[in-house]
Amino acid sequence: MSNDRRTRSALPVPALVLAIIAVSFFALPLIGLLWRAPWSRAADYISDDASLTALKLSLICSLWATALSVLFGVPLAWLLARVQFPGRGAVRALCTLSMVLPPVVGGVALFFALGRRGIVGQYLDRWFDLRLPFTTAGVVLAQTFVAMPFLVVTVEAALRQLDGRLEDASRTLGASPWYTFRRVTLPAIRPALIAGAVLSWARALGEFGATITFAGNFPGTTQTMPIAVYLSLETNPEKAIVLALVLIAVSFAVLIGLRDRWLGGGGERGTSRVTS
Amino acid sequence: MSLQAQIRHRVGTLQLDVDLEVQSGEVLALLGPNGAGKTTLLRCLAGLSPIDTGCLSLGDVVLDAPGDGTFLPPDKRAIGFVFQDYMLFGQMTVLENIAYGLRARGMRAAEARRIASDWIESVGLAEYSHQPPPSLSGGQAQRVALARALATSPSLLLLDEPLAALDAGTRAAVRRDLRRHLDSFEGVVVLVTHDPVDAFALADRVAILDGGRIVQSGTLADVTAHPRSRYVADLVGVNLVAGEVADGILTTSAGVVVAVADAPVGPAFAIIRPHSIALTRQTAAQSSVRNAWAGTIAEIDRLGDRARVGIVGTLALTAEITTSSLDALNLQIGDEIYATVKATDIEVYPA
Repeated sequence: MSNDRRTRSALPVPALVLAIIAVSFFALPLIGLLWRAPWSRAADYISDDASLTALKLSLICSLWATALSVLFGVPLAWLLARVQFPGRGAVRALCTLSMVLPPVVGGVALFFALGRRGIVGQYLDRWFDLRLPFTTAGVVLAQTFVAMPFLVVTVEAALRQLDGRLEDASRTLGASPWYTFRRVTLPAIRPALIAGAVLSWARALGEFGATITFAGNFPGTTQTMPIAVYLSLETNPEKAIVLALVLIAVSFAVLIGLRDRWLGGGGERGTSRVTS
Repeated sequence: MSLQAQIRHRVGTLQLDVDLEVQSGEVLALLGPNGAGKTTLLRCLAGLSPIDTGCLSLGDVVLDAPGDGTFLPPDKRAIGFVFQDYMLFGQMTVLENIAYGLRARGMRAAEARRIASDWIESVGLAEYSHQPPPSLSGGQAQRVALARALATSPSLLLLDEPLAALDAGTRAAVRRDLRRHLDSFEGVVVLVTHDPVDAFALADRVAILDGGRIVQSGTLADVTAHPRSRYVADLVGVNLVAGEVADGILTTSAGVVVAVADAPVGPAFAIIRPHSIALTRQTAAQSSVRNAWAGTIAEIDRLGDRARVGIVGTLALTAEITTSSLDALNLQIGDEIYATVKATDIEVYPA
């Protein structure tokens, strides 16, 4: 009781006020959506073919983007965390640039790299008859481009925290580097890997700028949920609200489901379990 | 079979320059202060740090010879390594930890589990088989680490401060168990420690490592009877003076003169035992005591009836006097005094 009172009296009032304003800032838009939502017609909007197609496409593309982020991001994080090479800082900056880059710029850059006239894209087109812009693969690529850095940053931090002597111990027990990576390194960074994958997935799911620039807006092939929400806003604001709420609900469900492993908390617990 | 090592290896400012030979069945303890290169040396033997130059072989197998480009990575060496903080794998059970080395070498799961179970049995932790390592106490974790390292039947066992992380209570018991396992181990054992008690209890031979070099080796009794380094002298609690003897006088490299008796000519070490030093305020004009060095009291430690007095000056010395004479002379830190020793009380042996 007295303890409680002491904590309360120690709170800096201005900080508390600012924090409450910040919470409202995040809560108000959500409340606004819920308040304006056309609940009686919500089911119709959701079961509408176009919405379902966009939702399905969004889920498939974001999961693919997450899978690619994990497949390539974990080795990249390992390279950045464990291998000393000249220019490592520059490589790290390059690979995480898309976190701070406006997504539209990323989309334009992808276009000039992988578009039909792009430096790589022209050969993909000529030799393999492979065209990425304005395709579902293009959506996955654009999402991976903006999402992977979140995984890389999270996993790299976990790898840096991991005691390298655990891997040394594995080597002295007769395990090859690859066996060590699979059996010791990966399990030890699992919480961070999950957190990073969720972050990447959330980023991919919400991706708009790079996707619409690189992949366009074709219903069924490249029109993802965020794009559908944006376009509905012009023609049918009620539908936009419902679709937005669906996106929020999906993200929220995943966040809550994984809250124990979420970022800092999960990562720290994982590391202490390994080193203690 | 034996371990032969000529290691030249640089890490940061430390230059490791060590020659070793250890026979199978023998336990060598590497004893030395922090930063002497003990762990680095162990990592070189394990292959966790490739050596710069030199040669490393275990029996007929060359482990590391930069000269002709031979290097066996750690997983190809027949070694067991017990790390200071054990480095047990937290996501596996105790049993899986011990079976890990066998599984990594491609043994079938059932067989590996059977051997691991035998090892758990032999370290007396059978009831913990399916527990995760974080639930173990320090002593138990140490036993698991030892069992894990021995389960693959290595020819060379490397132990890095195996008892350092334990509290005094469990230490003695774990040390006794470790002794038992080392006795029945047929390969080469190299043990790193900074505790002479561990070295005495576990090792057949000690090598004193200081500044990346082995400054002395032999049985612990030999080493402590005739210290050849400041580290060992401090360990045993005596003052060590190195210098050159001529005409019954030992002269240090700094030019300090020490009168000694019955000393052979040439480079030598002199031991001045703290209790043979007497402290005076003035030099006695007429005295049979031939050594009197001026100094300043830097430290006074009272231990019951005795006091250890640290003196800095021409020679850094530790003197041991009774607290009653300390009080009678009213000695205080910062006082200028003379440390006097009879030449016949100084033990001298060739360097």
